Amino acid sequence: MIKMGKEELRVSKIKAGTVIDHIPSGRALIVLEILGIDPETKDTVSVLMNVPSGRYGEKDIVKIEGRELEEEEVNQIALVAPKATINVIKNYNVVDKGVVELPDFIEGVVDCSNPGCITNSTEPATSKFNIVSKTPLQLRCTYCERITEEDELFKQFSE
Amino acid sequence: MKLSNKDIVSFKELTKEDVRNIFSEAEKFEPIGRGEEKSDLLNGKILGMLFFEPSTRTRLSFKSAVQRLGGSSIGFSRPDVSSVAKGETLADTIRTVENYCDAIVLRHPQMGSAKLAAEVSKVPIINAGDGAGHHPTQTLLDLYTIKKNFGEIKGLDIGLVGDLKYGRTVHSLAYAASRFENKLYLISPPGLEMPEEIVNDLQTKGRKVQESSNVEKVLPELDVLYVTRIQKERFSDPSEYNKVKDSYKIDLDLLKSAKQNLTLLHPLPRVDEIAPEVDSSKHARYFDQVFSGVVVRMALLSILM
Repeated sequence: MIKMGKEELRVSKIKAGTVIDHIPSGRALIVLEILGIDPETKDTVSVLMNVPSGRYGEKDIVKIEGRELEEEEVNQIALVAPKATINVIKNYNVVDKGVVELPDFIEGVVDCSNPGCITNSTEPATSKFNIVSKTPLQLRCTYCERITEEDELFKQFSE
Repeated sequence: MKLSNKDIVSFKELTKEDVRNIFSEAEKFEPIGRGEEKSDLLNGKILGMLFFEPSTRTRLSFKSAVQRLGGSSIGFSRPDVSSVAKGETLADTIRTVENYCDAIVLRHPQMGSAKLAAEVSKVPIINAGDGAGHHPTQTLLDLYTIKKNFGEIKGLDIGLVGDLKYGRTVHSLAYAASRFENKLYLISPPGLEMPEEIVNDLQTKGRKVQESSNVEKVLPELDVLYVTRIQKERFSDPSEYNKVKDSYKIDLDLLKSAKQNLTLLHPLPRVDEIAPEVDSSKHARYFDQVFSGVVVRMALLSILM
């Protein structure tokens, strides 16, 4: 399936599903973690890493057959790949193309890094964050007000 | 009179006008707070007091405040005697207790607990300390004491000395004082400095902040010196603690270089960071803070209940 010609695709088109493009180089595996794709998966998944890209130098791409993403999954991807594009494929054609956008506020997507925060207890409190910086990524918990840094966030996805 | 929010979760949610209103009410309540006059303003009103952590001053102060105004209080001062011991969540406790009272004072070990309580509660929530988070009524009473001494809060040189790393009182006060355009002197032993994010926050807002490890050096500049306890358990080496403890002790000899009207404050309890000989000096105002705590809380309860 892999074609190496300059004008050709590295991985063939998928019939139906989602292509997540423009993932920063090296973060495709975190995207897989976010989407719950592990060695047990039955989905057909293609992962391309360090692909030359005109815009970003190098990028990663993830293609998943037969699956469309939920809004919460897109928000989570926005945290690690703020310039990613999500292409919805039907019958080999792109029927919907969207750029992920990191919102100013997120709810329930990630955990607060402060173990003493009420959202990390048994209370019915969903984590809520204001995005205080997009690069580097910094989230401020609306409950305990602690900042969760980018590396703490990535650690959560790979746990 | 109304405040901009139903609840008192953190000091920063109060506007300058809110603070002005609370202080003007507190001042009116002083004779009642001293027991010289009687009040039935909160007659028939019940204050819920949920203390999931030990507290002496804050709990008794709220109790005194509601009773001085003719109201009453219910609640617990230990979680092991409440339904929490059976595994009830804070959210459920709040949704239950709100049916018994007109406002709830909450102290809880977890940060953000008061915000969660405010989200689920129909009645006003007053945060009396949420772990290492906020303790807004302490900040209000600190500022009220300063205002009583100087007539206004604006433009004073305020020194915070002691453990500035872990103390929520000094964090809140630093933010609050900076709102009134005060210059802050942050004096702490190495390793117990004010967290960098707070210093950065204050400096970004254009506030004047000077850090120092020597209290003697900056003392002559100060209008207010706010002393906090250095906790022994923060040091792995006890000899290090002893060295630090003595170099930050406030005594009459040290105070010789202070301004005539220097106001000395402490959130209490103190151990030995202020020598008992200082108690009778003109600078000592830390027991006035205790009284400020009662009238400021009376003001809040009268507005919220």
